[in-house]
Amino acid sequence: MANYLIKRILMLIPLLLGITLITFTVIHLAPGEPVEMQTAMSPKVSAQSRARLREFYGLDKPLHVQYAKWLGNLSRLDFGRSFAPDNRPVLDKIKERIPITISLNVIALILEFGLALPIGILAAVHRDTLLDRAISFFVFVGFAVPTFWLALLCMYFFGVKLSWLPISGIHSLGSEQLPFFGRVLDLAKHLVLPIAIATFGSLAGLSRYMRSTMIEVLSQDYITTARAKGVKERVVIYRHALKNALLPVITLLGFSLPALIGGSVIFETIFSIPGMGQLFYQGVMARDYPLVMGILVIGACLTLIGNLLADVSYALADPRIRHGKG
Amino acid sequence: MSANKVSSPAREFWERFTTNRFATAGLIIIAVLFLLSLAAALVTPYSPDTIDAWHVLLPPSTAHWFGTDELGRDVFTRVVYGARVSLKVGFVAVGIAVVVGTVVGLFAGFYGGWIDSVLMRLVDIMLCFPTFFLILAVIAMLEPSIWYIMVIIGLTGWMGVARLVRAEVLSLKSRDFILAARVLGASDLRIIFRHVLPNALSPVLVSATLGVAGAILTESALSFLGIGVQPPTPSWGNILTSGKDYIEFAWWLSLFPGLAILVTVLSYNLVGEGIRDALDPRRRG
Repeated sequence: MANYLIKRILMLIPLLLGITLITFTVIHLAPGEPVEMQTAMSPKVSAQSRARLREFYGLDKPLHVQYAKWLGNLSRLDFGRSFAPDNRPVLDKIKERIPITISLNVIALILEFGLALPIGILAAVHRDTLLDRAISFFVFVGFAVPTFWLALLCMYFFGVKLSWLPISGIHSLGSEQLPFFGRVLDLAKHLVLPIAIATFGSLAGLSRYMRSTMIEVLSQDYITTARAKGVKERVVIYRHALKNALLPVITLLGFSLPALIGGSVIFETIFSIPGMGQLFYQGVMARDYPLVMGILVIGACLTLIGNLLADVSYALADPRIRHGKG
Repeated sequence: MSANKVSSPAREFWERFTTNRFATAGLIIIAVLFLLSLAAALVTPYSPDTIDAWHVLLPPSTAHWFGTDELGRDVFTRVVYGARVSLKVGFVAVGIAVVVGTVVGLFAGFYGGWIDSVLMRLVDIMLCFPTFFLILAVIAMLEPSIWYIMVIIGLTGWMGVARLVRAEVLSLKSRDFILAARVLGASDLRIIFRHVLPNALSPVLVSATLGVAGAILTESALSFLGIGVQPPTPSWGNILTSGKDYIEFAWWLSLFPGLAILVTVLSYNLVGEGIRDALDPRRRG
């Protein structure tokens, strides 16, 4: 097990390097420069001051020098300063946005698994019945619904038509004056729709996956044996089959992370939630290179960590790896 | 099947595919969408970008089936013309993803060794990025153009295909017919493209069909955020952008383009599943 862990962590190093290299290449190969964004508005900016700006940002150096410098800074967790007028360190900007995005996504992830696993099991156990068909129908529609459209419809129904829920931001105006409980309730009300949308987005895929692994496990010989011995169906399903069907689902946990984080751009922009997705969207629109590269690297690293955790828990759960040499 | 009909793999596949009612319905819907978008000028009397200040934000009626938008344009017309964008994006983006993924998978699987390690690490790295972040970053840096969008969606979506093809190649590589081809003196490239590739294509077909659905969703999200297809060219995503701005007054601006996306993506998914079932030897009756 220790060997497995060490091997797994050593493998992260080339991946991390690759992530930084791709991030850097992607951003720097694209035409257009931040200096242009700042100077295009005022024709009075001379060629000299433009050159001075480029020098200030280090954009006049050859690409490999820029990359080496950026990578060196990254290794000291220095992501540089934002190109935005506030010129704050990128890491500070990301730090204040990450908690809300992570907590939204973790809550969505828990809800997603809490709902999708029972749905998938139900469909597998009642395979080819009316119930299974109904669930399949729901799953196919769920796959096809654009999340941002669903968000719009929900905003219309719950926000505009019924005015049950607020449709933008995470606080009401003047909510600071409310008592603690009132503030929490206010926050919760603002987050109901975004979390529901984020959960719904990946519900379909996961429940489908759960259904197919469960069906596969239920057709194994040892399940037939258990049934032949007269073990109760409930025990067969929840004790014998579920354990094995859950194994591949663990790996999916790591995989669903990039999709969730990527999706946060959409729902944070729609609901005006001040999270990492919204920050990224703003950074991209302003061509804030250091900020965009910083979020890309951190986003990819979050996925890397997610995958590592998923693999380790898989190894812990699977006796073949736990007791083997790995 | 009558006895005098020749049974070919393609015909068998087709017969199994058409017994699946949902998949057949999906295929028909996609065909109708293609025809509608090609014959858009015949389907609707309006043009997609004629501004009509007297008929702004009208609810659906017999004259305007899906209502009109904030500039008085007919929403049904814009949805029909918008289909061109979505259908094109789906095909071209997935075409790129399939070509890149197939080539990478073929070479990684066939040659193994360091080529395989390098290519598969590249796949691992690309899979770490939240894809939508990567697409957004690149698209926003470029001039807005539908071609860039298709290329970028394609270049960020080939990893799954590469893994599929590699796995197929690994299982095919040691088969006797490959050995036979080699003994006959066939070159590596001939073996890869003549003998391995055709046998590895069926899982790719399934993932490509599902990929089209994904590409359509991605394009609509980009256009919705304002960095995809630029107005006045209509696309389902950018009609929804004005839908968001006028959501308090004009529900029809939001409802219909979204339904169009939903139905199209659903159809592609159903066709993809249908192909999978028809190709799966375990489900052959």
